[in-house]
Amino acid sequence: MAQIIGSITTSHVPAIGGAIAKQLQADPYWRPFFDGFPPIRDWLAKAKPDVAVVVYNDHGLNFFLDKQPTFAIGAAPEYRNTDEGWGIPVVPSFAGDLDLSWHLINSLIADEFDLVTCQEMSVDHAFTVPMALLWPDQIWPVRTVPVCVNTVQFPLPTAKRCYKLGQSIGRAIESFDRDSRVLIIGTGGLSHQLEGRRAGFINKQFDLQFMDSLINNPTWATQFSDLDLVEQAGTQGVELLNWLVARACLTGRVTLKHSNFHIPISNTAAATMLIENRNENT
Amino acid sequence: MNSPKPKRQIPGTTVFDGDIARRGYALNKMCYSFNERDNREEFLRDEDAYCAKFGLNAQQRAAIGHRNVLELLEAGGNAYYLAKFGGIFGLDMQDIGAQQTGVTKEEFKAKLLAAGR
Repeated sequence: MAQIIGSITTSHVPAIGGAIAKQLQADPYWRPFFDGFPPIRDWLAKAKPDVAVVVYNDHGLNFFLDKQPTFAIGAAPEYRNTDEGWGIPVVPSFAGDLDLSWHLINSLIADEFDLVTCQEMSVDHAFTVPMALLWPDQIWPVRTVPVCVNTVQFPLPTAKRCYKLGQSIGRAIESFDRDSRVLIIGTGGLSHQLEGRRAGFINKQFDLQFMDSLINNPTWATQFSDLDLVEQAGTQGVELLNWLVARACLTGRVTLKHSNFHIPISNTAAATMLIENRNENT
Repeated sequence: MNSPKPKRQIPGTTVFDGDIARRGYALNKMCYSFNERDNREEFLRDEDAYCAKFGLNAQQRAAIGHRNVLELLEAGGNAYYLAKFGGIFGLDMQDIGAQQTGVTKEEFKAKLLAAGR
């Protein structure tokens, strides 16, 4: 049977992709962020996931506003990115996992989550940057299933709904009849706001409380509406919904293995967490 | 008809909801097209023709002409799509942030640093 080995959540600021391409990891500006990753890579080397379910938000690469799904899932043999309009470095394509994708689709829809299913899907920096942070050689050792959450057009799915989606994904993975070690990746956040007169807004206190809640009180953030989250975390800080989905996938005993928090990377409070998941039988 | 319920206001913040998504559709559709290099080049070759092709209204056309982010937001632009427009001119998020908040790029970066303390 498949088992969920843990979740890794991280910011996905596009400029990180640029810094990787220019090999600026040791630069004084970038180092406090990149230094969060060696312990995570050590853990990955031991934990050896073979598939990653990546919960992220599309920023207008695969989806335009003509069709804006609240939740969408990939069921493609392969996922690629492009330069997205501002020349972000393109990384090697990602292998899909059709059997797991369709198992998730069947399970989630039976569980009343009516996702949009995508047999062709481009993935943007919100998917590619975290992958490149985890596997800097960009030889991806995992197959992937993208799960896309609308954080572009309001109303967003509620935090409560996102949490339930994660729980449903978690149950579905654990009922998947194939030996697999599944890593959940949640991307984006934490607090930041790109637009308006409040551009540059960051809320350190809220971010730290959110990160703590993922270990000590994981449903804490479900009390907030989408506009509450905008107010507290900024218009783009709402991407923490992806973190919440990822955390809710973990159904076992969780342990915080590593975390990192640094302000700023670009306009963002950049954060990373590795949470290990152990079930009764593991 | 009842008058619509007043919306919750968050200072300095535009929430991209259905009203704005409707208002900004043509503008955002043009910006979405900038995912493709050929389209970016076509825009740079003949900006008027390219804006006309997407049916931008006068407010949107003027905001594009002014390269002004607050005007583009007012015209219904979405930050993620506007970023693709900004990318044509090599603007990064600190350039865009400084422009919107009326400070220099260095001042904007200093403010971000201060948020970490």
